[in-house]
Amino acid sequence: MLKIRNLEAGYGKLRVLRKVSMHVSAGEIVAIIGANGSGKTTLLGAIAGLVEATSGEIRFQGEDLTLLAASRIPARGCVLVPEGRQVFAAMTVEENLLLGGHPLARERRGELDGLLAHQYELFPILRERRRQLAGTLSGGEQQMLAMGRALMSRPSLVMMDEPSTGLAPLIVRDIFAIIARLRQEGNTVLLVEQNAKAALAIADRGYVLETGKVIIQGPAEDLLANRDVQRAYLGRERLEG
Amino acid sequence: MYWQEQYECMAREDLEQLQLERLQATLYRLGTHVPFYRRRLQEARFDFETVTSLEALAALPFTTKEDLHANYPYGLFAVPLRDVVRIHSTSGAAGMTTVVGYTRNDIKNWADLVARLFRAAGVTAEDVVQIAHDYGILTGGLGLHYGAERLGASVIPISTAHIKRQLRIMRDFKTTALVCTPSHALKLVETMMEVGLNPSELSLKYGIFGAERWSEAMRAEIAERLGIVATDNYGLSEIMGPGVAGECRECHGLHVNEDHFLVEILNPRTLQPVPEGETGELVITTLTKEAFPVLRYRTRDLASFLPDPCPCGRTLRRISRIQGRSDDMLIVRGVNVFPGQIAAALAEINGPDSPYLIVVERERHEDRLTVMVEVTESLFFDEVRKQWALADRIQERLATDLGLQVQVKLVEEKTLEKVEGHGNRVLDKRQL
Repeated sequence: MLKIRNLEAGYGKLRVLRKVSMHVSAGEIVAIIGANGSGKTTLLGAIAGLVEATSGEIRFQGEDLTLLAASRIPARGCVLVPEGRQVFAAMTVEENLLLGGHPLARERRGELDGLLAHQYELFPILRERRRQLAGTLSGGEQQMLAMGRALMSRPSLVMMDEPSTGLAPLIVRDIFAIIARLRQEGNTVLLVEQNAKAALAIADRGYVLETGKVIIQGPAEDLLANRDVQRAYLGRERLEG
Repeated sequence: MYWQEQYECMAREDLEQLQLERLQATLYRLGTHVPFYRRRLQEARFDFETVTSLEALAALPFTTKEDLHANYPYGLFAVPLRDVVRIHSTSGAAGMTTVVGYTRNDIKNWADLVARLFRAAGVTAEDVVQIAHDYGILTGGLGLHYGAERLGASVIPISTAHIKRQLRIMRDFKTTALVCTPSHALKLVETMMEVGLNPSELSLKYGIFGAERWSEAMRAEIAERLGIVATDNYGLSEIMGPGVAGECRECHGLHVNEDHFLVEILNPRTLQPVPEGETGELVITTLTKEAFPVLRYRTRDLASFLPDPCPCGRTLRRISRIQGRSDDMLIVRGVNVFPGQIAAALAEINGPDSPYLIVVERERHEDRLTVMVEVTESLFFDEVRKQWALADRIQERLATDLGLQVQVKLVEEKTLEKVEGHGNRVLDKRQL
């Protein structure tokens, strides 16, 4: 579905991503893990067209995304749930969700009601709060709203940037359970997370980014068993003595 | 039919994407975790970030057996020893040995890759698999064992038990898959004839053979006399052990596990790729090994690529059976023997210039290695006790160095030049 080869991207003279190659196949959850500043968010930004790729290729369902403006990418079926939710605080929950449906082609607008109902089924709390302003929601509820908003356009690929940031552990568990459920419903997810343990627990495969390079990649269970990953990202060092 | 269908039948384009991702991560590991490779890449003024395609591999330095020896025992490990859960080694004296390590993930991958070759041969979880490879420090026994177990088969680790016992267990335990060297299979057949055991009393269906060079003639003989499907498999300790490549039921070429190993076939002299379909040396780069990744290892094994596609549905490329070696290594009873190891031992014991001849024969399907050594006239005629002592010393030393029992024969001065003439020190009389 998504194939990236030798991607380089950055900000001005700052080269953040260095020859990153990775892929996501349909129906997978792929986790990108790494420390702060390793280039995870830049990677998602480059896919979404928000950060310019200086070289390399990003192919999404055969099409070169680097040639498209950011505004056109969601309509191709590739949507981003940004870090820090970024819901429209002054709009209601339902208005936020309906806005998420905007990439749908005009002739598919009839599906909006069904999609809305589906999001309410996936996130029952959003139904309860449908008339409430998004700015009044808790962090976890906002995260759910951001996810529901992204799903409103029936994307082929959902990219999530740090969905667990700033949330209480119990809420984090809920969020990850929902991501796992998204896959069961046939969605494809590219998940960027600092919480490596939680991300790898639900992912099929993973990539570890360090200073803009993929240093390890493989099935999620292999990464969980990899001692370098354990030492650097899973906090197992002290346990192992 | 398949063990890991999503990899074994992958579209070429997806496989190449995966290979590139894994190659880039492997190069990063080699450059940061293994000082030897860091030095080598620096010397070659090589920036691993320039590897943006699989073709770029051709610009990278090779790794040779000598490199592995020079880093004995742990110099090429890419993880600290505490992350290593298994250590295997090739035979050979110190300085002539290769030591290889495996992390937990390496062992898991190894088992899956061996399970693939069993599955490709037709073996399933219903089968009783009897493994008659040495369960020792060599990779064969344990490597195959873990794979068969991973598959879920009932595994009998018969190892090197007495041959009649092997037969009795094969009959009584209703073994359906025999795993050994092809010559051992023929030896089993021979012994069956001797003890009057009819192959129809056995439950055998499959023979999974490897660890030595064999031929279509041997395959036909084994298949006919045991009434089984005989498949070939290939591997080497330096890369992983068995599981690098294996035949499917088409019995026409070995599928290389390309998602874990990048294989090139090069002309051993020019080190350039041979034209498609021609025989050359296999050069292998590991793509997933954690503890012991290897870059462009010169295996010295000769083979060719077979044309795609295979009717079995696997998209993994096939190589021919191994055609020979691009060096002088011998495989004797499944053990790798380098004439140089023997020369070094003889030089130490009997002086540097003493002529010798290595003779390898196969008698009743068993390899025999004899080292003929010239001794001075006075020793040869007069001092029988000294002769014996010398022969014993050589024999014991070679057994230690090679990990193999050899015969030592002392001969009179100037005998050997008559036998072989121009300095050819190895006489391999085996007919495959």
